[in-house]
Amino acid sequence: MRIRSHAFWMALAAATALAAPAAAADLTITCRCVEGGANANLAKWIKESVIPSFAEKKKAEGEEVNVTLTEFAGSDEQLTQQLALDFSTGSGPDISGFDGFLIPSFVEGGLLKPLEELVGEPASSWEGWQHISEGSRALMSYKDQTYGIALGTDVRMIFVRADLLEDAGIDPETWQPTSWAELLDAARKLKEKNPDSFPLQLNAGVPMGEATTMQGYWMALLGTGEQVTDEQGRYIVASQGILDTLNLYKAIYVDEKLGDQRAQMLSDGRNRTFANFRDGKTALLVEGDWFYRSVTAPDSEFAVENRDEVMTWAKMPAKEPGKGLRGQDFVTISGGTGFVVNPNTDEPELAWELLAHLNSKEQLGKYQEYEPRISIRDDVPIPNAPFLSETSKELLPLTTARPNDANYNAVSAEIQRMTEAVVSGELSPEDAMARYRDALIRIVGEENTVSLLQ
Amino acid sequence: MRSFSLLSRSAGAAFLTPAGLLIGAFVIAPFFWVIYVSFTNRTLLGRTAMNPDFVGFANYFSLFDAASFFTRGEFGFSLILTVQFVLLSALAGQAALGMLLAWMLQSVPKSLKRLTEAVVIAAWILPEVVVAFAWFAFLDYENGTLNMIMDALGLPPGDWLLSFPFWVIVVFNTWRGTAFSMMLFNSAFSSIPPSYFQAADVAGATSWQKFRDIGLPLIRGHVVTDLILITMWTFNVFTPFLLTSGGPSYRTEILPIYTYRVAFRDFEFGKGAAVGVIVMLINLVFALFYLWVTRRRAKGVAA
Repeated sequence: MRIRSHAFWMALAAATALAAPAAAADLTITCRCVEGGANANLAKWIKESVIPSFAEKKKAEGEEVNVTLTEFAGSDEQLTQQLALDFSTGSGPDISGFDGFLIPSFVEGGLLKPLEELVGEPASSWEGWQHISEGSRALMSYKDQTYGIALGTDVRMIFVRADLLEDAGIDPETWQPTSWAELLDAARKLKEKNPDSFPLQLNAGVPMGEATTMQGYWMALLGTGEQVTDEQGRYIVASQGILDTLNLYKAIYVDEKLGDQRAQMLSDGRNRTFANFRDGKTALLVEGDWFYRSVTAPDSEFAVENRDEVMTWAKMPAKEPGKGLRGQDFVTISGGTGFVVNPNTDEPELAWELLAHLNSKEQLGKYQEYEPRISIRDDVPIPNAPFLSETSKELLPLTTARPNDANYNAVSAEIQRMTEAVVSGELSPEDAMARYRDALIRIVGEENTVSLLQ
Repeated sequence: MRSFSLLSRSAGAAFLTPAGLLIGAFVIAPFFWVIYVSFTNRTLLGRTAMNPDFVGFANYFSLFDAASFFTRGEFGFSLILTVQFVLLSALAGQAALGMLLAWMLQSVPKSLKRLTEAVVIAAWILPEVVVAFAWFAFLDYENGTLNMIMDALGLPPGDWLLSFPFWVIVVFNTWRGTAFSMMLFNSAFSSIPPSYFQAADVAGATSWQKFRDIGLPLIRGHVVTDLILITMWTFNVFTPFLLTSGGPSYRTEILPIYTYRVAFRDFEFGKGAAVGVIVMLINLVFALFYLWVTRRRAKGVAA
């Protein structure tokens, strides 16, 4: 009798454990977002809106869910490093902030699983897909498989301190350079007016990571009519476009000291460039619209005083009119960041539910209250922000994207090294390009590279 | 003579097994794994993560590729930089400064000796991250203490971390490690019978003569031990990373930082493992030399 009752309790305990696994499910979410730091609005939105409403929603369905946000305070590159190591060892957050350009290399490395495989039906039949364009879905896709959902796309431009331009005798209302020469001319005038300043910022160097490749190198290279790869997807390892781009860097940082050379080499360099812009040391800074939405937003660390009066923007010109990509006069490039589901998650469906909730019409609508941005969903109204509507109207038709290729991440690191070698004065543009060529042949194999020089 | 043992052979084996398993799993297995990986092109990201190829000695050849060997950011540059770093910061810095301090401490009042020891040891026991942060603040271009001092003296400020990164890590490592050599030499000097020095004093010897003819010859064994140990430590030290991250432009990328970058920032496990194997071989030479010296000394004492 006694033995039997013992067995009864054991069985009951086991049955309870199996029948009610949702005593309290735990989910973790990570992003490079810190309240009072980088991407503060994102952190606030997730903590104040996404998590409580998700917990409430699950509670109504009879499930207790604890969601915790880990606010990652390091750089984008450090987060990538952390995630790569986490995902490869079967750990990490259930959902993580993720830059779309990394998807191919993570997928080929076996570190991400398609939503269809990981979650299955709930993900493929999600109502949100009808409101997200194919192009936007592609931001977090690779080889026809989707791995996450982007929060939105972005565009790049020159941010301008109108007050400084005015001081230097340039009319900010009409200033729009149509060639690199005009851009450099404006920088020279600014430098003349204030010799201690660093009027122009075009990202370079290893510490800034992808921000060097995207905001710096690409923005210049596209102005020569080239991209990092040719039409057949081969990596260009020697060309006039690369040389022109590197010579532009050399003019800015070495020959004429128009830019803050130190900021390109120090580990906190990117923040220094933001501080330069805030403090009026830099008047022209090439960045993505994130710089407007988040970095210089009121109350943030790099908030620009009287922003609406002193800060404007201009399009990045091609080297010469008509010499840009596809014969364009102006160039820009877009990427997309969002969230992915960890392939090792214990609760793939629940994690997906959270991701879907985060990207629901209601939550993305809420996000606009924290940070106005062109949403990825077409059923979320466009915020009443003239900057966003103007820039996207002008720049989206001109934009292009990075190669969706597993080697791109490693190639990008070589690009950063190449720019650093030039802006530090270590190598000439020709030598830096030769080293880049050798490195790329090592990474992608000679058959996947091409030289456009005779 | 039958050897004496507390335990039976099987009991001894049973006691050894847990430790053996742990060492096997966490030291021996990774050791062979690293050697194996160094012959593949395995990465963490991209195609070669899932299906690495066996590439033979290709990783080793690329490390010793004559065309790029001496280029900044390559293996050869890093190796030479590390040798310079060891010569300057360990041998010339830590050992020489430690010797000087230890010798001077022999002839100062006891209270001053205690105080100096306390200060030097404090520099030694502080956590590395705290030390690195303090140095970072000390050397900062805009608000650093050093530049404030330069300014007060009417000297131009220096951009230390960017203009003299290598000298910064040399001074840093000297500052960091001198305590060990000083303490070791200090106790070695204390073991010399005071009567030797008293006799020398009576003969009117100078401090230098006493050091050259009495102090140094009697602690020669300790000096050799110290030099080998600090060479090995400095060769493998990672802390300068906290100050310079190996930059700017790889100018402070000593071998441990280079290995870390290749394996865990560029995620090239194959190449990183190859560097690891070479570093392991270099360390093996140091270790064998150290064992040889200590054995020889042990024999010398016994004889």
